[in-house]
Amino acid sequence: MLSVSGVHTYYGQVQALRGVDIEVKQGEIVTLIGANGAGKSTLLMTISGAPHPQQGRVTFDGQDITDLPPHEIVRLGIAQSPEGRRIFPRMSVYENLQMGSVPSRSDHFDEALEQAYELFPILKERQDQRAGTLSGGEQQMLAIARALMSKPRLLLLDEPSLGLAPLVVRQIFNVIKEINERDGMTVFLVEQNAYHALKLAHRGYVMVTGNISMSGTGKELLDNPEIRAAYLEGGH
Amino acid sequence: MEYFIQQLINGLTLGAIYGLIAIGYTMVYGIIGMINFAHGEIYMIGAFVSFIAFLVLGAVGITYIPLALLVVLLLAMVFSAIYGWSVERIAYRPLRGAPRLSPLISAIGMSIFLQNYVQILQGARVKAMQPLISGGFTLMEHDGFTVTISYLQIFIIVLTIVLMAVFATVIGKTALGRAQRACEQDRVMASLVGVNVDRTISLTFVMGASLAAVAGLMVTIYYGVIDFYIGFLAGIKAFTAAVLGGIGSMPGAMLGGLLIGLVEAFWSAYFSIEYKDVAVFSILVLVLIFRPTGILGKPEVDKV
Ligand SMILES: Nc1ncnc2c1ncn2[C@@H]1O[C@H](COP(=O)(O)OP(=O)(O)OP(=O)(O)O)[C@@H](O)[C@H]1O
Ligand SMILES: [Mg+2]
Repeated sequence: MLSVSGVHTYYGQVQALRGVDIEVKQGEIVTLIGANGAGKSTLLMTISGAPHPQQGRVTFDGQDITDLPPHEIVRLGIAQSPEGRRIFPRMSVYENLQMGSVPSRSDHFDEALEQAYELFPILKERQDQRAGTLSGGEQQMLAIARALMSKPRLLLLDEPSLGLAPLVVRQIFNVIKEINERDGMTVFLVEQNAYHALKLAHRGYVMVTGNISMSGTGKELLDNPEIRAAYLEGGH
Repeated sequence: MEYFIQQLINGLTLGAIYGLIAIGYTMVYGIIGMINFAHGEIYMIGAFVSFIAFLVLGAVGITYIPLALLVVLLLAMVFSAIYGWSVERIAYRPLRGAPRLSPLISAIGMSIFLQNYVQILQGARVKAMQPLISGGFTLMEHDGFTVTISYLQIFIIVLTIVLMAVFATVIGKTALGRAQRACEQDRVMASLVGVNVDRTISLTFVMGASLAAVAGLMVTIYYGVIDFYIGFLAGIKAFTAAVLGGIGSMPGAMLGGLLIGLVEAFWSAYFSIEYKDVAVFSILVLVLIFRPTGILGKPEVDKV
């Protein structure tokens, strides 16, 4: 469904991606892990078209989307809940969800809204509140719900568990699992919380300084001693 | 007292005009974080289009005033919108991502170009028009001094209120307004949810320009004289209004406009008419020093 091949992305002179190849198939949850600054967020943003890669191709359902602007990429069915959530803080929760539905047809709005509220009931209670005043967990739920409002076929999630209490993390991971299993949503997930994310995933990739260094099924990666040492020590 | 009330009415009328121009500054600043230095010229073009349109309508015999006003209003808005759109395409869009000083300089270049363009096309002499609407209401009379509000003043104030209501609705309630606010808050995120950011910025320039055009029309019929240079002073005053009200805030722009109009009217009436502009610019300096966020502005001083 999504294929990234030989992608190089720069921020000015700084090279963040150095020839990344990944593949995400229909119906999968694919997890990407890696140290801080490895280029994970840059990869997700490159898929969404902001920034564009200097070299390499991104294709979605066989269509080359490498040079499309972000607002056209999301219309093709790739939505992102980005790093840092980036909800619109001076808009209400409801307006944020309306923004999420910009790419989809307006007669789908009510249905998508109902589904979003079903996944995250707290958002319904908070719908008239300014999004900037939500708690961190609520903001994360809003960011995911906003991405789902466009009824995407591929959902990109950048560190949805960052800074959240274990209970909220579990709730969010359950939602990811639910939309994948029930609605067949394809998910590409970036996580620091490697244990949970790899357990959830069908497959995973490991990124080191702008390169993919390893890939395999979620279980293979979890069992790999190198990965255990680098990403799973402590905690779990 | 009567004198005071009369100045209040005059000041509010003037302030409505400044407020309409100020909204263009504030909307553009809100969305791209930069001042549109060619905005005063868009207002001037609105005034010229109005002037020419009145002449043409008069020549073809359309003398029914409400109809003439409506036609001229639409023409002025459309033409100014095209110029506002062009300013964004020529002076701002190619420099997106360039250092902040670059689009500022290119916009000043646009401003000088537009002034000279109108001067060459229309001549440097002042253009004068017969009063279109005369008469008014006498509100009070005392010791031989009368307080009047002219039909023209009523027209200006009512039209301003109507436009404010329309714009507040567009920005607060429509998809376009939401897209504009989203671009203001996080432009990259707006594009990730499917907003065409370039188009939204263009439309913001267009909306600001059409309000400036209405102000141009109002000045043309209120004072009856215009020249190619009016955009400069009115532009700085409206900019002052926008800064005073809190740049980026729509209600702030209107409030600032009204205050500037009142200051100008009262200063002219009670002190000296020669120094009214100095009074206004002193406000700009004082606000920038002591309260750069303005009356209703958000405390984001780093962006100013
Ligand atoms: N806007 C930017 N301008 C310049 N350099 C950037 C920018 N964003 C990221 N970088 C650089 O690109 C590299 C990759 O950053 P990126 O945010 O993609 O890493 P990451 O894997 O998501 O890290 P983290 O786990 O901390 O979120 C880093 O060296 C970072 O400093
Ligand atoms: Mg990151």
